[in-house]
Amino acid sequence: MSYLIETRNITKRFGGLVAVNNVSFGVNPGEVVALLGDNGAGKSTLIKMISGVYPNDGGDILYNGEVVKIHTPMDALANGIETIYQDLALAENLNVYSNIFLGREKTKKRLGLFPVLDHGYMYDESVGILKKLDIKIPSLRNNVRTLSGGQRQAVAISRSIYWNAKVLIMDEPTAALGVAQQKQVLDLVNSLKGHGIAIILISHQMHDVFEVADRICVMRRGELVGNLVKKETTTEEIVSLIVGSETVQ
Amino acid sequence: MKGNLNLIIEESRTLKAIARNWAFCFLIFFIVIFSFTGKGFLSIVNFQNIIHLSVIAIFMAAAETFVIITGGIDLSVGFVMGLSSVTAGKIIQILFAAGNLSVGAILLTGSVIALVVSLIPGLISGIMIARFKVPPFIATLGMWGITNGIALKICKGFPVASLPDELTKIGNGYTIYYKEGSGISWFSLPAGIANDQIREYLRLIPISFILLFIVIFILRHILNNTTFGQHTYAIGGNEDAAIRSGINVQKHLIKIYMLSSFIAGMAGVFNVFQTGIGNFTTFGAMYELFAVAAVVIGGASLLGGKGRLLASVVGVLLIAVLENGLLISGVEPFYRYIAVGLLLILAIVIDQLFPDLF
Ligand SMILES: Nc1ncnc2c1ncn2[C@@H]1O[C@H](COP(=O)(O)OP(=O)(O)OP(=O)(O)O)[C@@H](O)[C@H]1O
Ligand SMILES: [Mg+2]
Repeated sequence: MSYLIETRNITKRFGGLVAVNNVSFGVNPGEVVALLGDNGAGKSTLIKMISGVYPNDGGDILYNGEVVKIHTPMDALANGIETIYQDLALAENLNVYSNIFLGREKTKKRLGLFPVLDHGYMYDESVGILKKLDIKIPSLRNNVRTLSGGQRQAVAISRSIYWNAKVLIMDEPTAALGVAQQKQVLDLVNSLKGHGIAIILISHQMHDVFEVADRICVMRRGELVGNLVKKETTTEEIVSLIVGSETVQ
Repeated sequence: MKGNLNLIIEESRTLKAIARNWAFCFLIFFIVIFSFTGKGFLSIVNFQNIIHLSVIAIFMAAAETFVIITGGIDLSVGFVMGLSSVTAGKIIQILFAAGNLSVGAILLTGSVIALVVSLIPGLISGIMIARFKVPPFIATLGMWGITNGIALKICKGFPVASLPDELTKIGNGYTIYYKEGSGISWFSLPAGIANDQIREYLRLIPISFILLFIVIFILRHILNNTTFGQHTYAIGGNEDAAIRSGINVQKHLIKIYMLSSFIAGMAGVFNVFQTGIGNFTTFGAMYELFAVAAVVIGGASLLGGKGRLLASVVGVLLIAVLENGLLISGVEPFYRYIAVGLLLILAIVIDQLFPDLF
């Protein structure tokens, strides 16, 4: 079976620093791949290339087995690659439904001529998706600034699902959450798996990783040093890969 | 204390509306005060005057509102206005002297060319800011100098005069002229009435109001109801989020600075109609700073992400009413600067106390 999303020998440099060095990995539909590594290992940089935030300096990105050009976030979104970032990427000065529709606003014609924002439609659709994912938020007309970390996370995830994510990339989705909210997010990840979505999950929390991941990839100083099936590995092995000098393919 | 106050305000809708629109409340408050202290303040003629003389400042503040919501600033608006004014003036002067075209065609040609020219400084600062990451303050400061230099070069340091009289007839004209007994006349004095008899007529709704109303209506529509406006707020709120949502932030910022520059250009063209000559902008005018002050008084933050067009208009009117009211009440004019300064400080304090209001 070919990967839904794949990188081949992908590289990113920031001046003299090689943040991601020759990394090849892929994710199947309905699979959760966890990306692990110490701070600064290059995890975020790797996924930012897949989601079009940084252009890659070398190598290829393949979608459904074919090389695709992902130069801008729009390119990624057009391929159904949605990303939930460490720093969330919500506009805090806008309300919930405006964030769900950010960059893809629904408009209607006023007087048959001028396109204006269709607030009613965006509100109703947002209520629908939150309901479907069993997410509770006081009012969708409140600015995102007034929401808790977990609620923001939920808004970001429901935005991706609403926009038909085929590949969902999550950069530390549970980092800032309380225990109950962490569990909700992980449950959400598990249920998304059932819909055939390919998920890349960056996390520092070993517990999360072992709960939801099918495969675990470890990065160290920009390189991919391990690519293991979860059932065949242990926490100890992963930890030694993260900090040590071993390499397992 | 601050927490308590916040809580009380959060809970009461009325208090919230007042805190949010404090500038408007102040405007009403000062109008009431000056109505008592200033003879002739409370009159239609005076109010029409205040607004008529504020049209340019309102345009400047509208331009600055868009820019400030994205988290930027445009220091060039005052001199772009001057450039536009002398450009329009010069072209009208030349065509008028040549005498081949009808006055209407001359005025139209001059205005359109000046408006097109006024897009250029915005395009340049927009590209510098969006593509080359030059801070808006520096990029538009560059344009501040360049546009002023070019304007002075065009007019050689003197106002561009010898333009058609029609300019001020339109620019300072009224929609309605009324005199008891002789009834209403639209857009101009009844035929056969000499100009010095104009005082016998009640003049209502300056033509400039129609321009002002249309421009503000359109700009407010763009900011509040369109994707363009939504993206403007998003960029100011979280530029990264905007980029990652697929918004072409670079292109959007270039459009924002072009829009700002274009609005300043409109102010310049209007200035020619209002004064009948092409004026370069003097250094002391500080249009850009008063515009920024008005926008901040209207509740915008220089950090970006918030601001409302009508609130900025209220900011301008508040400053204008203060100026006019203090003058009519016989207060020395330099108090105007102190008043504007105090209002600015108040705006910042209110913004700090109630960050979630706007
Ligand atoms: N925009 C940038 N400009 C310059 N250097 C960068 C940039 N982004 C990341 N880096 C550098 O690249 C390296 C990899 O960073 P990255 O953010 O990908 O790490 P990470 O694995 O996500 O770490 P963390 O677990 O702390 O989030 C780091 O050394 C970082 O300082
Ligand atoms: Mg990271």
